[in-house]
Amino acid sequence: MDVTILLQQFINALSLGSLYGLIAIGYTMVYGILRLINFAHGDIMMMGCFFAFYGIFMFSLSWWASFVIAIVLTAVLGIMIDRGAYRPVRNAPRISALITAIGVSFLLENVGLVVFGGRPKGFPRPEFLGTIHELWGVRFLGLLIWTPLVTLLLLAFILFVVYRTRVGRAMRCISFDMETTRLMGVDVNRIVAITFAIGSAVAAAGGILWAMKYPQINPLMGIIPGLKAFVAAVLGGIGNVTGAMAGGLLLGFAEIFLVAINPDLAGYRDAIAFAILILILLFRPSGLMGEKLPE
Amino acid sequence: MSDFFAATGLTMKFGGLIAVNDFNISLSEGEIVGLIGPNGAGKTTVFNMLAGYYVPSEGSIRFRSQILNGRKANEITKLGIARTFQNIRLFSDLSVVENVTIAYHCRIRSTFLGAVFRLPLYRREEKEMYEGAMNLLNEVGLSHVTGERSNSLPYGMQRRLEIARALATGPRILLLDEPAAGMNPRETMELIDLIRRLRDAHRLTVFLIEHDMKFVMKICERIKVLDYGTTIAEGTPEVIQNDPRVIEAYLGEA
Amino acid sequence: MDPHHKRNQLLSLAGMCAIVLFLLYAQTYGTSYDVRILNNCALFIILAVSYNLINGVTGQFSLEPNAFVAIGAYTSALLTLTPMEKEISFIIEPIIWPLSVIHIPFIFSLIAEGVVTAIFGFIMGFPVFRVRGDYLAIVTLGFGEVVRVVANNAQTVTNGPLGLKGLAPYTNLWWSWGFAIFTVFMISRLVKSSYGRALKAVKYDESAAEAVGINTFWHKMLAFTCSAFFEGVGGGLLAHLITTISPTLFTFFLTFNLLIMIVMGGLGSITGSIIAAVFVTWGSEVLRFVEEPMHLGFIDIPPVPGMRMVIFSLILIFLMIFARNGIMGTREFTWNGVIDWIQKYVKPAGKGT
Repeated sequence: MDVTILLQQFINALSLGSLYGLIAIGYTMVYGILRLINFAHGDIMMMGCFFAFYGIFMFSLSWWASFVIAIVLTAVLGIMIDRGAYRPVRNAPRISALITAIGVSFLLENVGLVVFGGRPKGFPRPEFLGTIHELWGVRFLGLLIWTPLVTLLLLAFILFVVYRTRVGRAMRCISFDMETTRLMGVDVNRIVAITFAIGSAVAAAGGILWAMKYPQINPLMGIIPGLKAFVAAVLGGIGNVTGAMAGGLLLGFAEIFLVAINPDLAGYRDAIAFAILILILLFRPSGLMGEKLPE
Repeated sequence: MSDFFAATGLTMKFGGLIAVNDFNISLSEGEIVGLIGPNGAGKTTVFNMLAGYYVPSEGSIRFRSQILNGRKANEITKLGIARTFQNIRLFSDLSVVENVTIAYHCRIRSTFLGAVFRLPLYRREEKEMYEGAMNLLNEVGLSHVTGERSNSLPYGMQRRLEIARALATGPRILLLDEPAAGMNPRETMELIDLIRRLRDAHRLTVFLIEHDMKFVMKICERIKVLDYGTTIAEGTPEVIQNDPRVIEAYLGEA
Repeated sequence: MDPHHKRNQLLSLAGMCAIVLFLLYAQTYGTSYDVRILNNCALFIILAVSYNLINGVTGQFSLEPNAFVAIGAYTSALLTLTPMEKEISFIIEPIIWPLSVIHIPFIFSLIAEGVVTAIFGFIMGFPVFRVRGDYLAIVTLGFGEVVRVVANNAQTVTNGPLGLKGLAPYTNLWWSWGFAIFTVFMISRLVKSSYGRALKAVKYDESAAEAVGINTFWHKMLAFTCSAFFEGVGGGLLAHLITTISPTLFTFFLTFNLLIMIVMGGLGSITGSIIAAVFVTWGSEVLRFVEEPMHLGFIDIPPVPGMRMVIFSLILIFLMIFARNGIMGTREFTWNGVIDWIQKYVKPAGKGT
């Protein structure tokens, strides 16, 4: 591999990995406090993309306005899902909550099919993201550079919220012991709602970046990135925000470089994540960043 | 040192915390030995090590010339050490008699195909399991409730059912984790009789944890006292009752 | 032990005869549409009951049946297609030897696909049962995805996205219902045996199960492998019912359908799985109208694909929030139960007249 191609792949991997990381953050935050795999997370991301799409094409908003509104709407959707589906099963056995999450996932996908239709839709790219830059002989989309930057910004924001604010402290308390936190006078439901809002908003941001990359959207687009992001979250040690980002990057690099080294693997790219997941669970069940897997 | 059962130098560390430090116990056949100590002294941790739920950080456990360290809980049960749990753990949705027949399962020789096709060996074993369970339930005084759901029984009966279930695995050593917890004085006295009776009938050796001092002093032939993971005293009930360190450990706690 | 054993056996025999008569009737007088729905019912009974063995009875919540069904379906297709047919089908890349020359009768292929899938399940169980709970769900889901990806890419074995076409339509009412009854019989025998009690023990309390000497790992493996066997055969029957298979058939969507069935029936109840399998299969036919174009007087509603799944997803969420035990909870159908029920509710009314 010569240096140009290596650099090219590096940029690809960095932007793909950031996207996995962004989506993984939502998983890891929700899992951290509720011990629930929010199966619908990838589909929430999909909804974010469609909100942005309709903002631009139906309401003729400028791209940035529609992106902001889409992110806000997705956050609201996250809160609604928690309120409507997850809160009622919060004290039920864990498996019930998981089944509910699977139900929500299918509900969103099929509502998407019914409302938006199954045909893929082209997703617009703002001009400055669509231009092709050239650096040392490497040609790349502006988007590929912006994606990691936006990701870094969002990661900083979330780390700030989790570790430097009262809400973040409450989140960390709930993740240790929900009942005790409740007894200390914290409004647990409010904190959980905020967690869903942040996780969903970040997923929407990730989804929009994802949509601009491909640039197509359809109601089933959330499934595969959602699953891979979950693997990324496990890779980084679930419940750990920085770990999720690291796991996402690692997964992005693994996928891009395994295929670059052996192009025959291209068709198997979607299986790489699960192969990694199985290996981790076999050899290092606490994830690479070392937080303990709950029983 | 007994060659029936001996644990030496058992130490359990959780991260930096030493839950149990250098614990030694040897049991002779037919003994009833007690393990007492204030809350958090590490008693249940000792049980979890002996029964294969925790792998000790250090030390060794020997039972009839076999080393038990690192063996899984189900293997240890099969070798002949059965336990009950502090917070009763019955198979709640199943009937009383099923709870006991399940415990015979580890000794059946039929394969699952033999069971599915109800081959003669399986049918005989199934009959033996059922009859064995009924006999045990009779022994612990539960023969009148065999068809009930186990979680519908009153507390004291659930404790006795758990003992019957442990017995069904065919143990030589029975580990009882707070068998008298939640029982009233009359039930506790009956439990003493029951444990002695079972010990004689099944040639058991009993090692038990209990907070009820009256119970412990009455039933145990030998007692060990744990505090902060360390053995602070050991001996007959009379010796323990008058040991200043034991009194201090308990009063210090209160 | 049961004084009514003889009577119950007779009743079971009578029930079996009734089913046979009903199938004969359906075969002779039913439309091909009726027959197809009845076949689907039988297949979903097979799949749901065997899925329930691992998820409901043993309490190991896993999401892999689409993988098992896919393996069974592909195995059976590759075994029953003639070498000639395979040569024609594999247009992009030729099929590898020895699959290119193997050709065995349908009945042996059923056994083979069960065994192949069971072996696959057995191997898969080693990594899978190192984890519990949510992780188990995700890892098994991952296996489903891996199988789908492999089916799409292993051109020389699966013919890739094109799939396999032109399978002989061997699966008729007798095969499907015959095997459905066999599955139900075998699995309920297993569940009612000592091994079944051990599986339930694993479900209710793994620590306590270990304490009574049950090797929880091997019992999970037992349930998983048995489940794989029946799912595999079910997959083969499915392949020879619809005669065309491709990777898109075996997505998570299939698992989702089965999940609804076992949840609706009550996790752990074989009877519940059967009732729910029939109900969901039949219900999704009845609900077909919601996806069709409609003329409501002055407005025309265009066709809406996906509407049925919206309804089923809502049902699943609703069940979890309001009716977690499903139709049967963990109870089972027994003749004694039915007769008690009849005596309780029917006799007094009879005496009154």
